[in-house]
Amino acid sequence: MSKAAQKPVDAALAKEFGLTAEEYGNVLSIMGRTPSLTELGIFSVMWSEHCSYKSSRAYLKTLPTKAPWVIHGPGENAGVVDIGQGLAAIFKMESHNHPSFIEPYQGAATGVGGILRDVFTMGARPVANLNALRFGNPDNPQTRRIVDGVVRGVGGYGNCVGVPTVGGEINFHPAYDGNPLVNAMTVGVARQDRIFLSAAAGVGNPVIYVGSKTGRDGIHGATMSSSEFDEDALAKRPTVQVGDPFVEKLLIEACLELMATDAIVAIQDMGAAGLTSSAVEMAGKGGVGIELDLDNVPQRERGMTAYEMMLSESQERMLIVIRPDRTEQARAIFEKWELDFAVIGHLTDTGRIVLRHKGETEADIPLAPLADQAPVYHRPTAPALPPVPLEAISDPVGIEQALLRLIRCPDLASREWVWNQYDSTVGGQTVRRPGAADAAIIQVEDTKIGLAMTTDCTPRYCRANAKTGGAQAVAEAWRNITATGARPLAVTDNLNFGSPEKPEVMGQFVDAIAGMGDACRALDFPVVSGNVSLYNETRGPDGESVSILPTPAIGGLGVLDDVSKAVGLGMPDGCDLFLIGETRGELGQSLWLREIHGSQDGEPPVVDLQAERRNGDFVRAAILDGTITACHDIADGGLLVTVAEMVMAGEAGCTLLAPQAGMRPEAFWFGEDQSRYVVAVRDGQSFMDRAQQASIPCRRLGQSGGDGLTLPNGSTISKARLVAVNSEFFPRLMDR
Amino acid sequence: MKAGIVVFPGTNRERDMAIALRSVTGVAPRMIWHRETELPDLDLVVLPGGFSYGDYLRCGAMAAHAPIMPAIRRFAQAGGHILGVCNGFQILTEAQLLPGALLRNASLRFLSQDCFLRVERNDTAFTRHWKRHDVFRTPMAHGDGNYIADQETVRMLEGDGRVAFRYVAPDGRLDAADVTLNPNGSMGAIAGVFSENLRICGMMPHPEDLVDPLMGGEDGKPLFTGLVEALVG
Repeated sequence: MSKAAQKPVDAALAKEFGLTAEEYGNVLSIMGRTPSLTELGIFSVMWSEHCSYKSSRAYLKTLPTKAPWVIHGPGENAGVVDIGQGLAAIFKMESHNHPSFIEPYQGAATGVGGILRDVFTMGARPVANLNALRFGNPDNPQTRRIVDGVVRGVGGYGNCVGVPTVGGEINFHPAYDGNPLVNAMTVGVARQDRIFLSAAAGVGNPVIYVGSKTGRDGIHGATMSSSEFDEDALAKRPTVQVGDPFVEKLLIEACLELMATDAIVAIQDMGAAGLTSSAVEMAGKGGVGIELDLDNVPQRERGMTAYEMMLSESQERMLIVIRPDRTEQARAIFEKWELDFAVIGHLTDTGRIVLRHKGETEADIPLAPLADQAPVYHRPTAPALPPVPLEAISDPVGIEQALLRLIRCPDLASREWVWNQYDSTVGGQTVRRPGAADAAIIQVEDTKIGLAMTTDCTPRYCRANAKTGGAQAVAEAWRNITATGARPLAVTDNLNFGSPEKPEVMGQFVDAIAGMGDACRALDFPVVSGNVSLYNETRGPDGESVSILPTPAIGGLGVLDDVSKAVGLGMPDGCDLFLIGETRGELGQSLWLREIHGSQDGEPPVVDLQAERRNGDFVRAAILDGTITACHDIADGGLLVTVAEMVMAGEAGCTLLAPQAGMRPEAFWFGEDQSRYVVAVRDGQSFMDRAQQASIPCRRLGQSGGDGLTLPNGSTISKARLVAVNSEFFPRLMDR
Repeated sequence: MKAGIVVFPGTNRERDMAIALRSVTGVAPRMIWHRETELPDLDLVVLPGGFSYGDYLRCGAMAAHAPIMPAIRRFAQAGGHILGVCNGFQILTEAQLLPGALLRNASLRFLSQDCFLRVERNDTAFTRHWKRHDVFRTPMAHGDGNYIADQETVRMLEGDGRVAFRYVAPDGRLDAADVTLNPNGSMGAIAGVFSENLRICGMMPHPEDLVDPLMGGEDGKPLFTGLVEALVG
């Protein structure tokens, strides 16, 4: 019996469970009596930030969620979009930040497991995983432990379930020292006429539990994720769940086998807040009641209480409402896959959740007020301090040295050490592996359809200007998909911020959403699913609470009707190189400024959404008609880093022409102006004419060929040298 | 060619293997559930990659005792052809249908990357579409591929020409001590071995994942083309 179970239920215990005095007052008025311990537990997790989105909900509603190709937007387990031929892509990104600091391997592994379930619970076979990771300062001794555990955890889970991990991103910054970010994204494919939703229906229909047994792990994980860390964070290890990818693999196959029949009425995975949230949400969405007999819940340990079973976050479990005449058929499928299967309750017409255990009624809560009266906060916001204006700057090192320093730095160094621990080819459909194109590309089995996927965010831009940063994250995801030739369809967002109770953090949150919304609207790139992670703070021994950089990570998805038309970023031989998009030489918040001057000054680059769309539509059309043979968007590090990356990934080097007249060379080569691409084409003159006719800024950059990167001054850096410098960082940090 | 792919709980490359086989035979192979006790009439049995039984205990150890295994043993004794890839190779060693064992990679990390294999002999059903000492590229993806056997076994394998493939440089250079060439640290850079009758082949890398130019090449296809030629005649 847990310590909490011995205490009387009162305002003090409610506070310990994370409910404010006002929230507890609402609980009392909904119940009309003092709740039982189990009931208090249910209210506290359902009204936690993690489950109720109480600080963010009002703002999330402002994001655009619709487009003709959107089949299901936010509100389901994952977003669903039309990809043609009667098929749908189902995808979502979700954070597992807090557990990944406490126990990096299990935190990351169960993050992957959880997002996989969100996708296959809707009927999709998962076809790709991506992840957006943020770690602390590489010099912090904790960072190495966390990188090692997270990478092993992501790989350990994804490799075993047999879903290829094809892409993602990694940043390092001291603001993540005590609070790394692990955002995992899964993309699945389903038939549009076989999509499964979570709203329960059919009074009397049985409720079945499948998957792993319930244990005492992860109790109150959702509540932990809804508060700040203190110096005792590591003592919270028992709240971290433990994953079993083998069981997940069996669960995927068993669920998909059952989904091929017409047995399922509704299905939802047991994620955060476990049995509580799945039962409450399924019944609540369907407007029915639900009665569970907890004696029938498969249990891993003896003597578990109702409270423990309802709050457990044991992994690899699903809740299914099923047609009564199909129960035995379902049981046979789960027994074939050697998974637990139990009828644990049924739907009622009472609109209440009733839990029985050992002959006692442990909970009896009306569902409508539990959902409708969940708190919504419009927390105070404060404007962020504007960044220090950028002063006139010099170039102390020259172009060549600056390039080498940039491609060596942690944010631009080769991620090969990480990718090589992720199985990226299982499934046999991976058209572009990690690093080979701006977005990962997989083929949808037995079709010519390709899916392009990416995750993007530039947290340093978001800190300098959250609105611009929010727009930039969306625009970069759109651009990365475009750069492969794919048509961007929709995004999933994973909004990682500090404590919403700090007005300046809340201000960042509100601004970032405003910027994201603008970009999503301008680019017809709606948000179809997402997740909010707040309280990403670490309280140091001095009592000072440190927030992470605002990190609204965007997971983008696009489609190619004919995947063979996709292009990668590797430099092809014998091509003319062009720069698409306008260059103003914006060095504010650039990596050049940070790595060469140690400065984080200036406004981030302007995001001109009209130019973004014009340039992108032009590039995509020229890829699809075969004119452009390789394409790389310009992002962190600017133009010269982009060209160097193409050389490192490709079969040829290149020779570059002199920079734009009237602009400082470092601003031309390292400015991070948005909406730009480097493209390789076979027939330069006709391409130039075409761009001119379309009024697209297009500048001849040089020619591909040879083996190295030849700068305008005639100096050549060999490909081997570039690769060696670019590959230093991870092995040096991790294998020492 | 009538091919069957054995599916254990946790197998995860059966679809890749089916695609590769179908691309050369034109027909979908049979999927054989681990709880079966008889094999249908087959020319080739494939044990594909994955994490059978979660790789708990030891990779392949539990699958080696699955209900289907006695039938596979009989198939082997009758001279049938068996291909084991990755976890399938591990299962074949655990079942003692192939000699040796596969330890954790020397780096103690899962490795997913391209590697280059040298074909050590081309007079087998598995390798006949290559020339001896041809080098081909293939993806590998495993945590436990570090081949080891006792000295006597290695001498026997080498002496009897039972090494199927070795990890080498793209130009065929062999250096078992160089981790960039022999990534998992295998003894003698051994990537695959044959049974005594050359009809059972186990290998760690995944030729089935490189049979389509769209996915980066067809370097793995000769293995499957050769099997069809040999087994259909």
